[in-house]
This record gives sequence, C-alpha cells and structure tokens, in this order.
Amino acid sequence: MSLLEVSGLGIRYGAADVVSGLSFGVRAGESVGLVGESGSGKTQTALAIMGLLPPKAAVGGSIVFDGDELLGASERELNRLRAKRIGMVFQDPMQALNPYVQVGKQLRRILLRHGVKDGREADRRVMDMLDRVGLPDPARQYRAYAHQLSGGMRQRVMIASALIAGPDMLIADEPTTALDVTVQAQILELLERIREETALLLITHDLGIIAGHCERLVVMEKGRLVEAGPTRKLFSEPCAPHTRKLIDTAPRLDGDLPPAPEPGELVLVADKVSVSYAERAKRQQLHAVADLGLELAAGETVAVVGESGSGKSSFVRAMLGLIPLRTGRVTFCGREVVGQVQSRAIETRRDLQLVFQDPAGSLDPQLRIEQIVGEPLTVHEAGLDARARGERVAGAMRRVGLDEGLLGRFPHQLSGGQAQRVAIARALIVNPRVLVCDEAVAALDGSVQQQILDLLRREQRETGLAIVFISHDLAVVRSISHRVMVLYLGRLVELSDGAELFARPRHPYTRALLDAVPVPDPVAPGGRLSVSGETPSIIRPPPGCAFHPRCRYAIDRCRSEVPEARSVNGSRVACHRTEELEL
Amino acid sequence: MVSGSILAGIALLAIIGPWISPNEYLAADFENILRSPTLAAGHIFGTDQLGRDLFVRTMMGVQVTFVVAIVASVVSLVIGVLYGATAGFVGGRVDAVMMRLVDTLYAMPFIFFVILLLVVFERNFLLIFVAIGAINWLDMARIVRGQTLSLREREFVQAAQLIGVSTPKIILRHIAPNLIGVVIVYVTLTIPQAILIESFLSFLGLGVQEPQTSLGKLVNDGTRQMEGAAWMLLVPATLLATILLSFNFLGDGMRDLLDARQSR
Repeated sequence: MSLLEVSGLGIRYGAADVVSGLSFGVRAGESVGLVGESGSGKTQTALAIMGLLPPKAAVGGSIVFDGDELLGASERELNRLRAKRIGMVFQDPMQALNPYVQVGKQLRRILLRHGVKDGREADRRVMDMLDRVGLPDPARQYRAYAHQLSGGMRQRVMIASALIAGPDMLIADEPTTALDVTVQAQILELLERIREETALLLITHDLGIIAGHCERLVVMEKGRLVEAGPTRKLFSEPCAPHTRKLIDTAPRLDGDLPPAPEPGELVLVADKVSVSYAERAKRQQLHAVADLGLELAAGETVAVVGESGSGKSSFVRAMLGLIPLRTGRVTFCGREVVGQVQSRAIETRRDLQLVFQDPAGSLDPQLRIEQIVGEPLTVHEAGLDARARGERVAGAMRRVGLDEGLLGRFPHQLSGGQAQRVAIARALIVNPRVLVCDEAVAALDGSVQQQILDLLRREQRETGLAIVFISHDLAVVRSISHRVMVLYLGRLVELSDGAELFARPRHPYTRALLDAVPVPDPVAPGGRLSVSGETPSIIRPPPGCAFHPRCRYAIDRCRSEVPEARSVNGSRVACHRTEELEL
Repeated sequence: MVSGSILAGIALLAIIGPWISPNEYLAADFENILRSPTLAAGHIFGTDQLGRDLFVRTMMGVQVTFVVAIVASVVSLVIGVLYGATAGFVGGRVDAVMMRLVDTLYAMPFIFFVILLLVVFERNFLLIFVAIGAINWLDMARIVRGQTLSLREREFVQAAQLIGVSTPKIILRHIAPNLIGVVIVYVTLTIPQAILIESFLSFLGLGVQEPQTSLGKLVNDGTRQMEGAAWMLLVPATLLATILLSFNFLGDGMRDLLDARQSR
C-alpha cells in the first residue's frame, strides 16, 4: 500500500501538455527520486501534489495520499494536509522564507497552526528542530532573519520548517541546486539522516545526487514517465534510451582527460593581479582577489575552479577589463593591456571574448539572432557589405551547429542550449585568440552540457583557441581542462595539470571538492562529506590560511601564517603541510 | 486596436469636421442662441451663449488638444530619454551633477515658471506646450535613469562592451530599445497629464486665448452654463474623457506591440 499514489496525472496549460499520463507511487519511509531534464514536468508534478498549481492549469487524473484524494480537495482540506502530513523544501530558500520575520518565529507559526497550543512548548520544539538540522547555537539562529544566514543555513532552516510538524512525506525540489558543492554534500547528508522519519520524494536533474540517496527512481521526459524502478537496476541496465542518455551525459570523475595540447606561444599572462571592492559604509576594502597569476598558451584550456566567493569571476573580469585592477599587470601577446575595456585597443578587444553563464541574460532581448551574432562585425569589420556579413553570420551559426532558420528569432524564443550557442557564435565570429567561459554550461542540462563542451574542444583543435573555463564543478571541468586552478577566498589554493590534480590533489580543499562531487554511480556515489562549514565571508577572512577553520589538518602555523604558493612536483600549492599529508 | 481607431476617428473628424460643417467657426447664429442639439439648423451639438456652433468649436478644441498632447510629449520624450539614459549609463560624477540639476528644476514652482515665460515672451500658442513638455521631462529623465542603471548591469551590455561597441552606440542600440516598455507607459501617462495641465492653464486665463479654444476651455465654459444648457458641458467632457481613456489603452497596446518578448 503506497503512501502516495499518483495515477494518470495530466497537467495542461491551454493547449500545452506539461505532464501527461504520469503514474508512480511512494511507499511509507521510502525515498524516491524524480529525475528529468528541464521542462520534463517534474516541478509541476510536485506542485500538483501540494495543490500549489496556478488556477489556469488544468489538472486531470488522481493523486491519493494515505487514502485521501488530493485533486479537487478544498483549500481547507489541503491546508490541513500541508506541513502536517507533507512537507516541502524549495530550491531557493531565500525566496521561500519570509524576509521580515525571524526564522524561529516562522517555524513556531507552523506548529501553532497545526495543533500545538502552548507557545513555550512550540519554542522548545523549534529549538530542538533547529538543533537537529545542524544549526549551531539554535537560540541565536531562532532570532535571525533569512538574509543573515548563509545559503546552507537557510536551506537547513527550510528543511526544519518542512519537518517541524512531523510530516509522513517530504518533497524536496532541487534542494541543493543553489548551493556550493561542499554545502550540497552536507545538505544531502542531512536529508539522508532525516529519512528515518519520513518518506522522501527528491526532485532533481542531477543523477549524481539520486544515485547516492534514493532507493527507487522515476525518470521523466517531456511530461511523460520514461522508466521507473530500483536505482541500482536502472543504473546498471537502463531499458529506456532516455535513461541511458541521462546516465551517459552526467559529468563524472573517471572520464577521459583531454590530450595534452601542442605547446603554443603564450597569449594571455596575468601577474600578481589583485581586485578589491570599496565597502563604502565601513570604509574598508574587500579583497576579492589577491596576487593571482595565470599563463595561458594558445591551444590550451585552463580551468578556474572555486565555490561562491572564491573570486573566480572577479579574477577573469579584471583581466578582461570589466572591473578595475587594484594591482598587477595583464599582458596580451607580449603587450601590456591597461585600463578598462572601453579604453583598450580595438584589436585586443577583438581577441579576448567572454561567454556568460546565463545565455538569456547576455543576449539583448530586443535584437534578432542575426543582429546579435553579426554585431561584432559591425565594429571590427565595418567595411563588410550586407551580403558578406550575412554569409559570415550564417557561417558562424553552422560552426556552432545551429540552423540558419533561427536567425530571424528573438532570444526568448530559443532553448537554453541554443541561446548559449548563439552567445558562443557571437564570441567566435571575429576569430578571437582567447575565449573566457564564465560558468558557461552551469545552467544547462547534462546532454546539452556535453554538446557545448564538444563544440569548445573542436574549436580549440581547429583554431588553436585558448580557453579559460570558469566553473564550480570539478566533474564538468575534467573533460576539457589541461590545467586546473583552484581558488578559495580570492587566493590560489592549487594549480596543477588536469591529470595530476584529479589523481593526486595536493591541497585539503581540492580533496574536499573532489570528494563532494556526486557521482552517478549507486555503488560508489561520491558526494562525500569531508569538510564541514561553509566558505566564510570575504569581508572578514580568517587569519593565516583562509581555509584553516574548515581544514581537518590545520595546525597552529596555519592559523597565523598565510601560506605562500610554492612549487611541489610541478604543481603550485599553497599549503604549509602539503608534503606530509596523504590526501 | 479599438482605442487606436477611436483616436484616429476623432482626429479625422476634428480635421475635416469644421470643413464640411455648414456653420462657420466664428459665426454667431443669433436666432439659435443656447440652442439644444438639433438637426434642423445644422447644429448637431447645439450652440453656446453667443450662438456659435458647438460641433465646430469642439472639433477645433480637439485639434488644439491633440497638438498639446503631441508637442508636449515629444518634448518630454526626447529630452527625458536622452538625458536620463546618459546620466544612468555614464554614472559616477556626471550622473550626480545631472540628477541634482533635475532636482533643482523640480524645486522651482511650476506655475510661477510658466507665468514668467508668458510675461517675457507674450502669449504664444506653442510656447505653452513647450513649457508643459519641459516640466514633464523631469519625471521622464528620472524614470529612464533608474531603468538604465539596472540595464547597465545586465550581461548583454557587458557583452557589447567586450565586443568593442562604443558607448554612444550601446546607449542607442542596446539601452534605448530596452527602455521602450517603460517609456511608452510613461508617455501615455504624460499625454493626459499635458491635456489636463493645458485646460488648467486655460482656466487661469494663461492658456489658449479667445477666439481660439481647446477642450479644457470648452469644459470650463460648459460648467458655467451647466444648469440651463447641459450639452455645453457634456459634449466636450465626454470627448475629453474618451480621448484620455483611449490614450491609456493605446499605451498598453503599443507596449505589447513594441516589446520583442511579447511577439510569438
């Protein structure tokens, strides 16, 4: 007997079927993963279960929870059910928590709403719950507002609020997508721990997460059920081609490394680059990046890896001239480039191009694709007549594997992958020597990620393009990078050859990042928790080695003395103890 | 769409109406003073206290009103958008100086300003409307600047900078088109506002002078004759209301039409 039984669920908006004929069940105490790419209807399904779909959605079929039909139930009945029987954790806790009410009060309200009469009793249970989800000093966190908590803390509060009324089932919709990898590992570990009390429906696009945390799997594609079954069986012998595709395209830590590049001339050199932001209110400087260097040769890919606040974006933006350098120099093909991007020589600007994380945001919504891709030509090859320009644009579109029929569209009419290809076409049309990709594949589905990475590798092979690839995800970086640079709080942690770094990390932080990557393999799922806490605020970085408060190998020296980056067996490592550690 | 055709219809009628009407604009029909609307003498909207045909007068009023609307909003549109976009995009000290100037102008008593203009330059038909537009651009500049500040941080602007597009070109090609939604909405608010200000000035005797007329002036005349000759108020008031409403709806429609994101 299932706790939750979804049968023949259909959701449509006007003429568009978002979900159709979906059936699955969740037994009491069981953990089920609902997997699919974006647009597969997984979030809509969760909203339907919670009765949170907008009124214009037409819902059919049936959702039975513990004997009660949920579809068509009155708002009153649903309200009795939510929180008390089914808890929900959303992707972005900042959106889901009320910014004007102390988080403890928000939890307390849930209890008072669901049958707890005594205020003091409610407070006590809130404290207990905050403690159970791993918030240090619950009495203080009780009075905190959402913005005062870090991302991981907020998600813990969110989970606490979903659990506090003691539900029989928890629905978690992409609960870790907005979090850093090391924090993701902590939250997943917490979800694993609370599994003893509730059934769990975990919705995600990430097979790595599912592999380690769900007993059964429901795979969706375009609103339909593709395959369902025990996790191990689905991973070892997937029946549906779509399941196989999902597994094959998930980034892993044991794939092929790219072949070593032909030694090319140095194109981009950054030396002792520092970036700081003025904190006006407190009259102090935030050192976002301190003394970073980089040597990039033609035909080579260097990955810049770090969690949020590591300064990876600030570093490359300073090199590109989008934000000012505080100290240091940037040399391009032997000439020093100075000043902001607008004051730089036009040839330098042509040769350094950037692809942004959010493809939709980096394309002007009011222009057609043709105008967007052709815009660099209007600047750098102004002499071109309309026909020649048209041919160049069409050529660029073919180069990134896009159909010319898209030229007349607007950016919002494209899918995420198509829009990112357009952004790449725009960057490549003037044949730059260096391409910087700032989390360029982070917002895309696994299969699309692979296609974009293939495209970048091919361009590099054919044109000797040098690539700086920024990412928070070591698994994505692995298949494209010749060298990897790991940053923590604006400082270099480790710079190694790709093969070396993945096989023998030399810094505890690199090890922690590698451990935290969830691997799509139910036998050895990765996503291990080897570091506690979260990246501290850059406003008050810890003294000594910035990583020491989270490092299990920290000694007194680490707390007082900033480690210099030094060469160890061909790698650059900033750790006092790297020689003696077995990582 | 509907509001557009209504406006077009009114405009057309205003232009050809006085022309085809059997009655002259200034001619007084002494046999039909304060005559209620009738077909017999050709006064389909009736006549006023001097025996002048109300239909012709109303249509002349509509002409004036449209001119007010267009001149005033074009003035505020051009000055406001360029000023606001420049201040917002360049930022820093330039922005601070430009916006403090706007604040200073805001602090000036507007009516005093208009009276001063009229005293210095005599009563000039166009001057009044330029003055109205010059007041309205302050709001426009503030709104546009705010929008530009947020647009400037968008990634497609950074992308354009990296490609090598120059600052004036970025403002014209990337910032301005993305402002359209906000600007159109604001212009449709400006037009009725300008019309209302004009009728207010006319009421004070600073606006349109006899024998010229405008809808605002006709409404004012009508209020004085309200008890005996209700049509003198109802006809221009209804037209004024229709025009104001139509402009509001038109603004909504235009925004949807001009915004690329709305097109399928």
